[in-house]
Amino acid sequence: MSDARDGTRDDSDARSHDEDDFVADPRLTQQTDEGAQELQPTRDLVVTGGPWPEVEGEGDTMIINMGPQHPSTHGVLRVMLELDAETIVRAKPVVGYLHTGMEKTGEELTYVQGATNVTRMDYASPLSNELVFSMAVEQLLDVEVPPRATWIRMYLNELNRIASHLLWQATNGLDMGALSMIIYGWREREETLRLLEKITGLRMNNNYIRPGGVAAELPDGWQDDTLELCNEVEKGTAEYDELLSGNPIWQERLTGVGVITTEQALALSATGPILRSTGFPWDLRKSQPYLAYDQVDFDVVYTQNGDCYDRYRLRLQEILESVKIVRQCVEKMPAGDYRVQDRKVTPPPRARIDESMEALIHHFKLFTEGFKVPPGETYAAVESPRGEVGCYLVADGTGKPCRLHIRGPSFYNLQSMAPMMEDRLIADAVAVISSVDPIMGEVDR
Amino acid sequence: MPDDDAREDAHKNGDTRVEEEEKEKAPPPDDDVAAAVVERFPGTVFHRSHGQPVVYVDRAIWADLGGFLRDEQQFTQCVDVTAVDHLVDAARLSVPGVTPERFELVASFLSHPRNRRIRAICEVPAADPSAPSLTEVYPGANFGEREVYDLFGITFTGHPDLARILMPDDWVGYPLRKDDAPARVPVTFKEDPRPR
Repeated sequence: MSDARDGTRDDSDARSHDEDDFVADPRLTQQTDEGAQELQPTRDLVVTGGPWPEVEGEGDTMIINMGPQHPSTHGVLRVMLELDAETIVRAKPVVGYLHTGMEKTGEELTYVQGATNVTRMDYASPLSNELVFSMAVEQLLDVEVPPRATWIRMYLNELNRIASHLLWQATNGLDMGALSMIIYGWREREETLRLLEKITGLRMNNNYIRPGGVAAELPDGWQDDTLELCNEVEKGTAEYDELLSGNPIWQERLTGVGVITTEQALALSATGPILRSTGFPWDLRKSQPYLAYDQVDFDVVYTQNGDCYDRYRLRLQEILESVKIVRQCVEKMPAGDYRVQDRKVTPPPRARIDESMEALIHHFKLFTEGFKVPPGETYAAVESPRGEVGCYLVADGTGKPCRLHIRGPSFYNLQSMAPMMEDRLIADAVAVISSVDPIMGEVDR
Repeated sequence: MPDDDAREDAHKNGDTRVEEEEKEKAPPPDDDVAAAVVERFPGTVFHRSHGQPVVYVDRAIWADLGGFLRDEQQFTQCVDVTAVDHLVDAARLSVPGVTPERFELVASFLSHPRNRRIRAICEVPAADPSAPSLTEVYPGANFGEREVYDLFGITFTGHPDLARILMPDDWVGYPLRKDDAPARVPVTFKEDPRPR
């Protein structure tokens, strides 16, 4: 120890050591020496490489916190890791840093305003949350949504799934050190969001799907824009595939990392890509079809190994399946109303307000106190990019919900992080966190 | 004396329940799983809510119900655990045969082999907000029950790690209870004599 300290302090020794394999530019050395300020250690401690005597030996573990400020934790996730040398003995996710009481806020907002609130939960796929909330309200109201609204909802949800999975591809690449992925992934994602902006008015937090239908008619020329986007996304996906899938570094970094079995995933309430990556083809779009998913042709993607590489491949393939659905939506989009023509639920057209007293009253009542929902309770579930997002809604006969609960897939998926990490190296923790794809807005709500 | 009042209320409710049961029996379940649950756990009430099968069970058998659903009815996953506070309801869904209490504990179960769901609800009185934990049977209920404990103050016996999950550890109160008002930060102005 003392030798090492002396070596660090002794300038002549260090310099001669440097000169052996590296000859510095004399001008550079000159410059550095003139303005240089030598820093002395403030305490009598110099940490050198090699094993640390304090934690050496068997049975000694140390606990470190990864996050909540770690860049690879996708927001403010904190994972407590108990380490035995470099091996993770236990892992425990700690959440709540983004808790803003959105379920409490939901009890203060009317059903008309509710979509604005829930859309902010899962900010990477806001339309899934709006959809599940609207479906729950419609179940309580016994309102049937017109076919065109149903198809628009499905079309937008698939666009949103594409955007969400592209975001994941980009940041997953970033986490794994494939830095160019964030540029490529963002490129296609921006195009997708641009189309969403054209349709809904906003890139994210769209508040477009509302109880009773959707907020507005699709803009002119949406078909051409969509088909163009589909081509771009397909081209981009092929590029990622070429860049990553066969790359030996990528494969070695992800294959066999973060393995989880079907039994574990089921027991830990995991849904979505985590469950499907274990060889369990469960997708609510197929098994319990909602909207018009039974009228479009697509495959449920699943893989066998349940590791990070499988989840990467699975999400990549799901982008292509979503593109397939989007193309069919363009082809088969039915004509008709984009929202239910029930004046108690949806506002009257703008032009009617000028000429009809009733329309004016309906409009006023709807946007001041909202509509009343008869007492009851219901649970609606849809397949978001992360798994099953559910909405448990209790109405008490007033214009505001008595209880609005969103079952966030990320919240429950986080539990499967521990078995994926344990007995693995700490370096794999980043790969595991990324492959679980937690969206902290939805976890903490 | 609030305790006496509560007891009296419970007594009254109990009386009305007996009368109700005599008057209108709960309809027989038109759902095979619910029928099996009613047969296995007498006293269970079946209700169809907007097409979805719901069973109202007794609090004591909450964990046993989980075991029954998993082992004998192929319910592979407990999808969600949450709770409702009915303290200030304007109107409440009345299910014949169920004594309403302040809290309702709600769990959704999903069976992958049978491709169907069932929802279980148990009434939890305000005087003793606790219930048996489902984590023994469904480890995935862990986070859901912690959330219910954190936001409603309902404790779960047998839970391996019952701690606050969303709120800070030293938080006082249970935010999603109806009598826990949302915090308001008063707006302060420059000229305001009060400390900022």
